[in-house]
Amino acid sequence: MIEIQNLSKTFPVSGGTVEALKDISLTIPDGEIYGIIGMSGAGKSTLVRCINMLERPTSGKVIIDGKDLGSLTQAQLREERRNITMIFQGFNLLMQRNCLKNVCFPLELAGCKKKEAVERATELLELVGLGDKLKSYPAQLSGGQQQRVAIARALATHPKILLCDEATSALDPQTTQSILSLIKDLHDKLGLTVIVITHQMSVVEQICTRVAILNHGSVVEEGVVSEVFASPESEEAKQLVYPEGYQQAIETEREEHLIRVVFNGASATQTPLIAKMAMEENIIASILFASTRSIGDKAYGNMLLGISGGKEQIEKAIAYLRRIPDIHAEEVTRDHG
Amino acid sequence: MGEFFASETVQTALDILKTEFPLAIWETIYVTVLSTFFAIVIGLPLGVLLVAGEKGRVLRIPKWILHILNIIINLLRSIPFLILMIVVFPLTRLIMGTVVGTPASIVPLVIAAFPFVARLVESSLREVNPNIIETAQSMGASPMQIIVKVMIPESIPSLISNVTLTITTVLGYSAMSGIIGGGGLGKIAINYGYYRYQYLVMGCAVICLIILVQIFQSVGTRISVKSDKRLKHRK
Ligand SMILES: Nc1ncnc2c1ncn2[C@@H]1O[C@H](COP(=O)(O)OP(=O)(O)OP(=O)(O)O)[C@@H](O)[C@H]1O
Ligand SMILES: [Mg+2]
Repeated sequence: MIEIQNLSKTFPVSGGTVEALKDISLTIPDGEIYGIIGMSGAGKSTLVRCINMLERPTSGKVIIDGKDLGSLTQAQLREERRNITMIFQGFNLLMQRNCLKNVCFPLELAGCKKKEAVERATELLELVGLGDKLKSYPAQLSGGQQQRVAIARALATHPKILLCDEATSALDPQTTQSILSLIKDLHDKLGLTVIVITHQMSVVEQICTRVAILNHGSVVEEGVVSEVFASPESEEAKQLVYPEGYQQAIETEREEHLIRVVFNGASATQTPLIAKMAMEENIIASILFASTRSIGDKAYGNMLLGISGGKEQIEKAIAYLRRIPDIHAEEVTRDHG
Repeated sequence: MGEFFASETVQTALDILKTEFPLAIWETIYVTVLSTFFAIVIGLPLGVLLVAGEKGRVLRIPKWILHILNIIINLLRSIPFLILMIVVFPLTRLIMGTVVGTPASIVPLVIAAFPFVARLVESSLREVNPNIIETAQSMGASPMQIIVKVMIPESIPSLISNVTLTITTVLGYSAMSGIIGGGGLGKIAINYGYYRYQYLVMGCAVICLIILVQIFQSVGTRISVKSDKRLKHRK
């Protein structure tokens, strides 16, 4: 379990200080895939770097399985870091080492025997689907492949916790999908606790179980992903959950009443929802805004429906939509946006 | 043409070429290589200190030590080589027992070259992506491991090309050392060209120096490029 208690981090800068993190308290249970999301500059990287003490907190504690990391000596901390490994946006592979040697690297650091290291590294590279690239150098690999090597390297020392700082931000959507499913797979197989730092809600939606929303160094919302996603409370959460164009669609003056429909992994792709609703319930809905995507056979995203007719029609529609599993629907009242 | 080759100047020049050049070339090479080697032995750790000791980097070194190190390096780098040679005569005598002769010139050459090496190593190591260093730290690497397993190996291509630069520079200095006691091609060029007006001999010595520089440079460049795994599509 990771306990972050009243963590603050202040950076001295010329002409003052920057408060990157302000009094953050979070508890991350074992085996969770925990998302930390926020806009650029929110302090996500700083937070994740405080978790493994790459950055010393100005105040507050990070306690992992009862061990206060701040109280460890340098040598103990280095030991502990083998349990908390990290992958990065920029992959950060050693460019002068081939894949196999890159994965061997943390094992070398730990003083592992060469033969064992090579065996483990080979095994891991096979696990991430790069069994044929052992002797390739990072420069010869695509971004997605490099991130796979980085993941294999992060797993070499049998860590309990994997920190991912914008691990997919430099990758195209398809590669992002494949890396995310790899991380999910590994989590399921190895029982890792994963912390996923991202600025994309889609990443959180796809693999996280819980999420914390970070804004200007503070946690503004925390909870189960489906709940936060279905009914974001804070302004920041709304901004992240609702895609661009959504607010605009809401604010436009209309006769119709509005319903927000959230697809949270509903297997709704095969059944044309709107058409079905029209046929079965005789409710005519127009799509004012939609941002959904299918991942596998599941749909994720938001839709804004305009329903003409009175209060009755709206309630009927919401009741209908809510009966469908993994769909959340609510009326949008204009004044609170 | 035949007359020219038969002339006395050419004949003596050819004579000298045969009798003295092989040894001179050998002396030049070994002085250069040995001096460069010792300069690296001293300069590499200093260059590493300069980078690793910087604030927020790998090692914790008091600021004043880095400051003094910087001053010493700048000082040595700003003294012209011939003057440096004279200044270090006492040291040379202490180490080698004499100040003349080929081996003796190694001492001033090393002293002239190690600050140069330290600066070049510094610039090579600075090129290493700091994110990679941080990644190593995140995996529990100790400062020594970061230096030995990350900083130096990651900058090998750049280090090799800087070693090449050092070799060619030292080669030039070693020729200069011929003026006061040093041996090798420089001494021949000065003795015959400057003191005895045998320009043909001097010309030959200069050509030999040029060829040596070319060889060192192209071999060094080739090794540096070959060693760089960042270049794509190389098997
Ligand atoms: N070493 C530092 N010195 C000074 N300020 C810093 C330092 N590191 C981070 N900051 C500041 O702290 C704040 C949070 O930075 P951080 O990198 O954690 O943001 P982030 O959420 O990861 O953003 P991004 O999505 O762009 O990566 C920023 O205002 C940044 O300028
Ligand atoms: Mg960041």
